[in-house]
Amino acid sequence: MSFFLQLLINGLSIGFLYGLSAMGFVMIFKSSSVLNFAHGELLALGAFFFLAMITWAQLPIAVAFLVTLVGCFILGFFIERFFLRPLIGEHLIYVIMLTVGLASMFKGIMLLVWGGNLQTYPEFLPKFLSIQWDVINIPPVYSAAIIIGMIFLILFGIFFKYSSQGIFMRSVADNQKAALSLGVHVQRVFALSWAIAALVAGMSGIVLGVINGINVHDLSAIGLKVFPVVILGGLDSIGGAIIGGLIIGVLETFTGGYLSPSLRDVVPYIILVFILMVKPYGLFGLKEIERV
Amino acid sequence: MKAYRGKPSIFKSNNPDEKKVADLEVRNLSLNFGGVKALNDVTISVHNGELVAIIGPNGAGKTSLLNCITGFYKSQKGRIFFNGKDITNLPPHHLVRIGIGRTFQNIELFPGMTVLSNLLLARHNHCKYRISPASLFLSSVREEEIRHRRVLEELIDFLEIQAIRKKKVGSLPYGLMKRVELGRALALEPALLILDEPFAGMNLEEKEDMVRFLTEMNQAWGQTMILVEHDMSIVMSISKRIVVLNFGEKLAEGAPDEVRDNIEVIKAYLGDTGRV
Repeated sequence: MSFFLQLLINGLSIGFLYGLSAMGFVMIFKSSSVLNFAHGELLALGAFFFLAMITWAQLPIAVAFLVTLVGCFILGFFIERFFLRPLIGEHLIYVIMLTVGLASMFKGIMLLVWGGNLQTYPEFLPKFLSIQWDVINIPPVYSAAIIIGMIFLILFGIFFKYSSQGIFMRSVADNQKAALSLGVHVQRVFALSWAIAALVAGMSGIVLGVINGINVHDLSAIGLKVFPVVILGGLDSIGGAIIGGLIIGVLETFTGGYLSPSLRDVVPYIILVFILMVKPYGLFGLKEIERV
Repeated sequence: MKAYRGKPSIFKSNNPDEKKVADLEVRNLSLNFGGVKALNDVTISVHNGELVAIIGPNGAGKTSLLNCITGFYKSQKGRIFFNGKDITNLPPHHLVRIGIGRTFQNIELFPGMTVLSNLLLARHNHCKYRISPASLFLSSVREEEIRHRRVLEELIDFLEIQAIRKKKVGSLPYGLMKRVELGRALALEPALLILDEPFAGMNLEEKEDMVRFLTEMNQAWGQTMILVEHDMSIVMSISKRIVVLNFGEKLAEGAPDEVRDNIEVIKAYLGDTGRV
């Protein structure tokens, strides 16, 4: 029983991170119908940027975390401004191929700068975050993941519900033409959704880097896990992305714990296939969406 | 249904000291999609208080012209002036702010939201308050919200959609959706209102209602409008001036009677068989 609870909590905290980074992916898809294949690389970039901030720039942890988030936000803006905006009005497939290109480019840059070895952050999480309860032992990073995930979730909830930019983003996602005719700055919405997606991806990258260590290939592969997550949740549902992330995270840790650790990376994709057969529009998706 | 039949306050700024002026001039506009010429050297002008109709056979470039004026398409040649200001390359969201509102041929509403929230969304350009008073919901913010709501309620009364204000737009019949879309365009308080086939797909009764709204807006309250429409009897009866497009070129322009008797226009509609 305690083993089950332990796995469940680990799974939920990892799932939270999957869900959050999938949320960024869904946001880009909803506002501009672009599937971002460079999402895993954005995740890895965030992790490496944080590493550079604490080892090379020797910043305090909290400052480094904020600087990384701001850096990722700006990077998202930059990507939209210089790579995607010139392609507005072109066929969608060109834009999607561009994100594939971006993925290789970022991967190359990261390999060039940091190499392909596994790196780790110095120990920085405070001990009081680790929870000892009976035989259940939760390492600090997992509780940190849940806390950070919750904070981000609430902040984004408020942002989308009440702020005018958030409402503009929802209106563009709902009906781009109508939003345009009401005076919504649609290009700013695109830029903002890329920036927020990069920010959230970077944040997830940092926490996953603490859990698994930082390696270009591993982190980019985790980024690819947004595909089973968003397809489970429905490609166009932000809430679905979070729930999809939680389900995939829990399934993954259960497979790793009860069956075999080597199976854990495969199971999400097997489930993906089943879901596509049974419920091709995801748990919360709208029916007329495009398929990957 | 008992309704408030006064003049909605969005039209009230037509008093002499604060006039909504709309003078549109399109000069030598050309638009190509690859090798296809959608518009070729089109020149039209719309003066303040006019209702100008643009007609033409399918594929004549009517909607393309509207999309150029509202910034959805970028023309390759030619200039567009609005109140003497060059607006040729301005983005759509900027054009809304200087007073060009539009509706679409295929309805573009937010189907999951109520009629009222669809209309409210159009008011964001008129919101003056900043984030700090808004987050505290001060009395100034409350008053402004009430003012916006009053403006919309007047519009709702004018368009006779009181009964559906809290209904989801997606559940409404087509004719009412068109009316809601007109209401949303009006909520922007446009100086120039551009209507792309407002009568398409409506039954006779709905058409009569719409004609009544458009005529009242134009003749009683001086709303400047451009109207693209296929229904000739409506176009001939409500507009003072008609522009005819065919294959992206301006074929004729003038009063309804002149256009009706124009031999080029008859050829464009009935075909050039030599027997006409």
